[in-house]
Amino acid sequence: MTAKKLNMKEKYSLLTRDLDWEYSYRDYKEIFPQEEFEGIKITDWSKWEDPFRLTMDAYWKYQAEKEKKLYAILDAFAQNNGQQNVTDARYINAIKLFLTGISPGEHQAAMGFGHVGRQLGGVGARVACQMQAIDELRHVQTQIHAMSHYNKFFDGFQDFSHMHDRVWYLSVPKSFFDDARTAGPFEYMVAIGFSFEYVLTNLLFVPFMSGAAYNGDMATVTFGFSAQSDEARHMTLGLEIIKFLLEQHPDNVPIVQRWINKWFWRGTRMLALVAMMMDYMLPNKVMSWQEAWEVYFEEAGSSLFKDLARYGIEMPAYAKTAIAEKEHVSHQAWSIFYNYGHAAAFHTWMPTEKEMDWLSEKYPNTFDKYYRPRFEKWREMEAAGERFYNPTLPMLCQTCQIPMGFTDMEDPTATFYRQSEYDGERYNFCSDGCKDIFDYEPEKYVQAWLPVHQIYQGNCGGAEMEDVLGDYYKINLGVDNMDFHGSPDEERWNAWHNLPSAEDKLKQAS
Amino acid sequence: MTVAAITPEYIGERRDRVENFHGNQIVYVGWDRHLMFCSPVAFALPPETLFSTLVDDVISGAFSQHPDFAEIDWGKVQWHLNDQPFAPERDKSLIEQGVDHKSIIRMATPGLNGIEGSGS
Repeated sequence: MTAKKLNMKEKYSLLTRDLDWEYSYRDYKEIFPQEEFEGIKITDWSKWEDPFRLTMDAYWKYQAEKEKKLYAILDAFAQNNGQQNVTDARYINAIKLFLTGISPGEHQAAMGFGHVGRQLGGVGARVACQMQAIDELRHVQTQIHAMSHYNKFFDGFQDFSHMHDRVWYLSVPKSFFDDARTAGPFEYMVAIGFSFEYVLTNLLFVPFMSGAAYNGDMATVTFGFSAQSDEARHMTLGLEIIKFLLEQHPDNVPIVQRWINKWFWRGTRMLALVAMMMDYMLPNKVMSWQEAWEVYFEEAGSSLFKDLARYGIEMPAYAKTAIAEKEHVSHQAWSIFYNYGHAAAFHTWMPTEKEMDWLSEKYPNTFDKYYRPRFEKWREMEAAGERFYNPTLPMLCQTCQIPMGFTDMEDPTATFYRQSEYDGERYNFCSDGCKDIFDYEPEKYVQAWLPVHQIYQGNCGGAEMEDVLGDYYKINLGVDNMDFHGSPDEERWNAWHNLPSAEDKLKQAS
Repeated sequence: MTVAAITPEYIGERRDRVENFHGNQIVYVGWDRHLMFCSPVAFALPPETLFSTLVDDVISGAFSQHPDFAEIDWGKVQWHLNDQPFAPERDKSLIEQGVDHKSIIRMATPGLNGIEGSGS
């Protein structure tokens, strides 16, 4: 008798749920030792609704087709010298930030889902995590490949993974994922699967991918399209984990709420990097950060949380602060990077007059009042040959690890300070959100590897800043760092396009 | 509970204990309404550092690029230490007057409110 071909439903069942077996000679708790310690109660894993409805064989087939298309376009991009067709060499710095700050996060997510996919007792959830782990690995690989072409023509790309583990501002995304990956499996799922992939992901990918499209970066746009259907799947997994946890037991509700509060805030802080990228690093603007925030968080988020209200879930605790900060955060983050442009592996610069006018128009309540005078002063200093760099290392927040550049939304020119004392030592924070996260689990965050303190402890190379930046971070000093104006990137760009060099422009002006 | 951990009685390494700073302690200084310096700054200083040294050498090195800096009337500066009003004595050390590891010193300079009064 010839074997009958399986129909879709049978195949799906065999390739997902039927991968599991009865555990006959080992205790369940020995096999899944991490399922209970977070306080989450699971009464019936069979209630898990598989979010993907995709079997492994179909998955491989779809992904292989997407890869083929992606690499065909990347080849064409390289052969046509696509690097010359972006709007302006300043744009490339957004891509440097992406490769050093975000791509390693994809790798972290791959490891995180790989781990969680082993720890969850339900086979449906395990298969979903496995697929997402592979997706994330695919994303980091394809991002590296898409951006590798720029590495041949621009500075600052060469040591991205080394930098991710060491450079001060990259400790922000690194510590974010380290925090999630060292949590229990359910917190990881709420952190990355729900809060990040579902609630905030559009605020990460839309700015970078639309930014790429608006600025002639076909390589990154194509990667974005190739990742889009994966991201859609990740969002359904994020939503399923929340609904599943909330439906399993009422005791799960307050735990899940606390995780949503925490990870919404941690995600919002990390997105400050995206906010400044959007408002300052894109020569052709897509929309302002404030507009993106309103569409993707305030509108989409409020309908999501309305939907979750039936489980007793409320808006994240710090949403009000985050909403107020939308008019400030990009300017404050860019100020931080402009201050420490000598210590960054990408270039910074002051906006042109036209760009300042765009900022005034997009931020009528804040830009002219709080930020334009500062930026005009910095421009004046640059014109006088004294480009401003902050000579002293910044104070960092113990939790988010960002320099304490955020202000009090009730008094926007006052730095926001919070402090806790724990076990005889002071700990300092940029916000109530970051302080509350520490206060709830101090034994976790006392371990924070704060780059500034590590430098002062002598753990980052020699005693001079050049030793830290050059030897320890592997920044090519005078090449990767400092202002865009006068950089080798700018010089090469001007030569390709027959534009006058910075030196000639100065001569003309004088 | 001080951490959700699978290990009972989990204790984390205190990475920034004062002993790790080779005889120094960390002191943060912020200048109110002068956000041209994007955030307060961090110094590693011996606890015995005199307050006069902090003001004359350390703080001036950090903030003197600002046009307001030369205008400061040091007798009128309003100080805060860890969010409490503070009356520092120039000839006493940091530690003698309560400036311990990871303390925050804030200085306000009334009448000097940054570039064009913008808080920058």
